[in-house]
Amino acid sequence: MAFDWQPIWLTLKLASLTTLILLIVGTPIAWWLARTQAWYKQAVAAVVALPLVLPPTVLGFYLLIMLGPKGPIGTLTESLGLGTLPFTFPGLVFASVFYSMPFMVQPLQNSFESLGNRPLEVAATLGASPWDRFFTVVIPLARPGFLTAIVLSFAHTIGEFGVVLMIGGNIPGETKVLSIAIYDYVETLEYGQAHLLSAGMIGFAFIVLLTLYLINGRLHRSHQ
Amino acid sequence: MKTLLSLLLLTLTHSLPGSGALMAAESSVAVAANFIDAARALARQFEKSTGHRIKISYGSTGKLYAQIENGAPFDVFLAADTQRPEKLLTSGLAVAGSQFIYARGKLVLWSAQDQLFENGETYLKKTAFKRIAIANPRTAPYGLAAQQVLNHLGIWHNVQARLVRGDSIAQTFQFVATGNAESGFVANSQIKGWQGPQGTAWQVPAEYYEPINQTAVLLLRGKNNPAAEAFIDYLKSAEARDVIEGLGYGIK
Repeated sequence: MAFDWQPIWLTLKLASLTTLILLIVGTPIAWWLARTQAWYKQAVAAVVALPLVLPPTVLGFYLLIMLGPKGPIGTLTESLGLGTLPFTFPGLVFASVFYSMPFMVQPLQNSFESLGNRPLEVAATLGASPWDRFFTVVIPLARPGFLTAIVLSFAHTIGEFGVVLMIGGNIPGETKVLSIAIYDYVETLEYGQAHLLSAGMIGFAFIVLLTLYLINGRLHRSHQ
Repeated sequence: MKTLLSLLLLTLTHSLPGSGALMAAESSVAVAANFIDAARALARQFEKSTGHRIKISYGSTGKLYAQIENGAPFDVFLAADTQRPEKLLTSGLAVAGSQFIYARGKLVLWSAQDQLFENGETYLKKTAFKRIAIANPRTAPYGLAAQQVLNHLGIWHNVQARLVRGDSIAQTFQFVATGNAESGFVANSQIKGWQGPQGTAWQVPAEYYEPINQTAVLLLRGKNNPAAEAFIDYLKSAEARDVIEGLGYGIK
């Protein structure tokens, strides 16, 4: 039987795009959480962490309602001529950004917090602007945090299942990602195909994590 | 301590199948998703008149079949086709001779919007819709029937990119009811049981798809379970058949 590459390609596309968006959206959130003295800081942190503890079905349920033609976001996207998001690839990206948010924000926040004020103060006295300080001081120093955040967000999006099952509609090439393809094969007792994809996933996940740990270990040592 | 122990023993013995004072037993029934409303109604009646207890699990026929093949603890299987129960008979997981057709399914093209179409066939052939929901043909018999209809109309290949596949006919119905898909192929019984707006429906002519002969079978695990055997008998009774027919199925 011909091997179907489409779900793999689609999953990688979804995970890459989600990680990129999260990098852009999550970095300012993590920075703000690391530096702010606002009284509602912990409330924002709790909201960001919600997907960690909620069943994916809760997220799937509300996304289906909010993004549907009668929901507030659905009404908005329809009036913009974009149609509704459920059962589309952009819909999956939208859902994944929420779903994987804590995996981007938390490692970044931790590494921003561990920097302390000192390097920034030094850079400021040397005349660096806030943007300058962020790009030339914070980002290089927080490199292990960024690496962890990127890898975990990417890997977690690849592992997404429940939300996609609820708002995806199992459309080949559009929303039929790897985890759904495996589910489909198992349901139809096509264990050969299911094994191929599942064993591949285990190998992939192991290599990703091992690489991350090895690199982070080296970065850590070079810092000491 | 002694009283606690005897209390524990008492509850233990009472929870064993067939050991209650009235010989009331409990049976687990795997039900194809289209039949969930009917199964609940029938189980309620059955429990009232016999004192037995019925536990219902539901999903697509294909999913339930895969679960049974892998040792899922069900006593009775109410499938939405004949193929899966037959496969279970072949593999020896179902009791030979226990299979019978308990309902004939009817496929309907349905939309939650009012007056979406005058005639379902012209609506389908125009293919002017954005998304159409069907159940996954690989696991759900109603999805397979929907595929046959689209094939019959010669538009199966045209609509590929717009097909939304529900995990079961229950999810397919939900996709349509929430308006996330403008229309979809669902079971007649689902529309009958739906409390919301009636929308637009088109009864697909029976000759457009293979008959949906929903077959029940007693599973090996349910052999000698009085509740399972009694429930199978009850499904064949005139009373049960009236209920089933009233919920939008054919019987003969």
